[in-house]
Amino acid sequence: MSAPGGADTERRLAWLRGGELPQTHNARTIAALASNPGCARRALLDAAATRKQDIAEHAGFPVPFGMSPFALSRGVVFERQLKDDPGGLLLALLRETLNLDIAEVGFTDLNDVGGSPDLAVRHARTKAVLTGRPDQRGTLFDHPLLRFRVGGRHAYLEPDLIAFRHDDTFHVVEIKSFAVIDGQADPAKVAAAAIQSAVYVLAMRDLVGDTATVHHESVLICPRDFANTPLATTLDVRKQLGVLERQLSRIAAIDSVLAHVPADVSFSLDADEKGVPQRDPGDLLRDLKRVDANYSPECLASCELCYLCRDEAGGSTSVLGKSVREELGGIESVPRALKLARGDDPLPVPEDLQEAAAILRRAAGLRRDALGTAWAQTR
Amino acid sequence: MTTLTSLAKVEAIALDRAQLIRTVRHVHVSSRPLIFVPLQLAGEACAPLAVMVGDERGNERLLIAFEPRDRTERFRFAAGLGEVILGYVNGYAAGDPGEGVPYPDAPQVWVPNAGGLKFTELLGRSTRFRRTDGPYPVPASVPLLGRWVTYLAERSQHPLSSLFLSATQALTAHWATGQSATEDQNLATLLAWIAPPPGLTGAQAALLAENPASSPPAGPVTDPDFDRDVLEGLIKAIEEARQTGNVTTCDRAQALMARQLHSVLKPTWDLMWQAVDLLRSLPPGDHVAERWRTDRFSFTGYVRYLREDGFPQARRDAAVDAARRLARLENEAQQLAAHMAYDDPLVMAEYRMTGEAFAGPVVRAEPDRLDETGKRARLRPWITVETTDDVLAERGADLRSPARPAQQARVIEVERAGERTRVTIELQSGMGRKLVPEPGSVPAPGDVVCYTTFKAEFQPPPKFPDREDTPWTHGGPPPEYVPRDEEATEEWE
Ligand code: SF4
Repeated sequence: MSAPGGADTERRLAWLRGGELPQTHNARTIAALASNPGCARRALLDAAATRKQDIAEHAGFPVPFGMSPFALSRGVVFERQLKDDPGGLLLALLRETLNLDIAEVGFTDLNDVGGSPDLAVRHARTKAVLTGRPDQRGTLFDHPLLRFRVGGRHAYLEPDLIAFRHDDTFHVVEIKSFAVIDGQADPAKVAAAAIQSAVYVLAMRDLVGDTATVHHESVLICPRDFANTPLATTLDVRKQLGVLERQLSRIAAIDSVLAHVPADVSFSLDADEKGVPQRDPGDLLRDLKRVDANYSPECLASCELCYLCRDEAGGSTSVLGKSVREELGGIESVPRALKLARGDDPLPVPEDLQEAAAILRRAAGLRRDALGTAWAQTR
Repeated sequence: MTTLTSLAKVEAIALDRAQLIRTVRHVHVSSRPLIFVPLQLAGEACAPLAVMVGDERGNERLLIAFEPRDRTERFRFAAGLGEVILGYVNGYAAGDPGEGVPYPDAPQVWVPNAGGLKFTELLGRSTRFRRTDGPYPVPASVPLLGRWVTYLAERSQHPLSSLFLSATQALTAHWATGQSATEDQNLATLLAWIAPPPGLTGAQAALLAENPASSPPAGPVTDPDFDRDVLEGLIKAIEEARQTGNVTTCDRAQALMARQLHSVLKPTWDLMWQAVDLLRSLPPGDHVAERWRTDRFSFTGYVRYLREDGFPQARRDAAVDAARRLARLENEAQQLAAHMAYDDPLVMAEYRMTGEAFAGPVVRAEPDRLDETGKRARLRPWITVETTDDVLAERGADLRSPARPAQQARVIEVERAGERTRVTIELQSGMGRKLVPEPGSVPAPGDVVCYTTFKAEFQPPPKFPDREDTPWTHGGPPPEYVPRDEEATEEWE
């Protein structure tokens, strides 16, 4: 028996990945992972750091998760104007938002530090720089390479934040290009930014340990109204930290997930030297389905395997969404729900479903009465 | 989601197509709606790219901002769109109908989805403050467009209003599909479930409709692949041709872009008319015309306001205005729910599930019963209704019946016996002035009746302090809103 996250685990994950380079996580993928903690399939694909989008496509279920070049370039332009002048615009914004009295800053881009592609090396470098003695009171660190503990092992996080240190307190600074118009932004985007911030706060806390504190108040910088002028707002992510920690604690340790997965399961695409997948798609699909999933419509916004899992979940009430399923008394199978509603199930209704069945029968009766002949004709 | 709707979704899967969850239509459908399908540039707050607009299905108009990020181009686009919208709206506002009378009809604008509503609101925000004079003058149609679309966007938040509708919202209010609420936001898959092409199940049709390559998104954001493979190059080509001053190349590139945008908008345009047709095919609920009358009054009022040189709508409501507005919307939502229940047995069924309504045959009636306890005898018939519904109402509760909405009724007794409940009800009005009821005003034994604990009549919203009396806890009286210069010259990049 090896230690959790030990060499054995890593060997098996590498086998699942099939010779591909591991993909790095980002705050978005961690947040998505935490949104469906009951899904072993996703937990495993993520732990093995696979290219989920390519896998889904090769298995016959491509997802349109592309990003528009216009959105990309808008984001880049907005970010550049801030980072090109960290001591000016960016600092002024932070000073005002956090109510600080700092005259100047040092700006270190940790992307450039070390220049090594090796994530472990870059992470070590980040750690050394961030936990070293501060020789300035306020300092900005761009792209710190963080690690995140999930499913009992560490994953690297694609850094998309600025860490701002002041008096040995760090603040996470996120630059987003969605607009805040008359003090209001798209609530879904703000919620996503907040949960991503929380991921960064947790990862930063993991990194700096006891040497400094990481504040639960993040700074979100967005364009204001219809112009490119940046607007900074503090974002209290305490609630998101709580949610995230609770959800992450529900993600089973990867070792125990692996224990339920047959040793020959692999997500490898068997790419040739040109990177073209050679694996039989049916074979890949079979292996994917050998790991349990937990589909809900929320997957459509967060997981590359959504079309595959939705297809697999056909005939289950879970494709209709959680609230529908609850209204159906938790009954999982569509035909079963219908049989109970029509009262023509030859099998006796089990004790725990009797109440749900009675409600469904009543609902069916009311629908029949109200729709009358129209209802009868469709049957 | 309610049990009835959830059951309808299960039926939709089993029967391969969407199922009705209403027996009548609860929105007004104009005989000449304006279909408005906007597209915007991805990543921008509100950079209009194109719209397909028109009030005749065979006559769509395509307006394009060839460089959505360019200020001049945006205002040229807004001015053109303004003319279309104003032309349509003014068609309903000929002359003045006179004091206290609304115009005979009002405009009705349709967008595909909630994103289209939001886009329209932002379009209004970015144009209504512009001025026709001063440092950045714009054509008069720009600020007017802003005011009208802001007005419409505001009305769309009123549950009772049908002036500005989103097709997906209107359709999902009447049909349950075999897909999730998230997927119902997609007009193409929604309609695929409601009216699958011959030979296909709803699920199969929805799967085809989900592919952005064959079924372009209904906007306002375009398919990222289209942006990358088509749009980016075209915008660049136009820009280059402009800079080199090559008019022919520029025209050619613009024509190409127009063709491409037409091909991504046209499918949605057709779906919009299909949505209108489908809704029109349902008979209207009894209260629909009454609600539309309120819309006509509102429209008439706004036409007058603008004619008197009305200011553009303020950026945000002051505290009391906001609270008053919320209370009003809440009140409207309740009223709509009651209207729908009274008009539609399938909506009433929702209340029968929860015990707020019950229905069943009259098993006993004393139509001539008199109450002689007071000075004068009063006609107070009693009827007893037997129902298998759960009954929440207790003795003394006030009841109403959709069949006789003006008649007051009160519960005298509720007797429960196993599955059945007998409710004895005293009728208190709506039977004429004599001591014998008018024919038909008292249900007879054998009649199936339905009673509820709520009314469909208007209930006045709660009172709020007047503007001048705003408590200091809410910031004190707000200043009268007067537009400022910065608003007129604000950047729109
Ligand atoms: S789409 Fe599938 S793999 Fe992804 S989270 Fe949902 S159920 Fe799990």
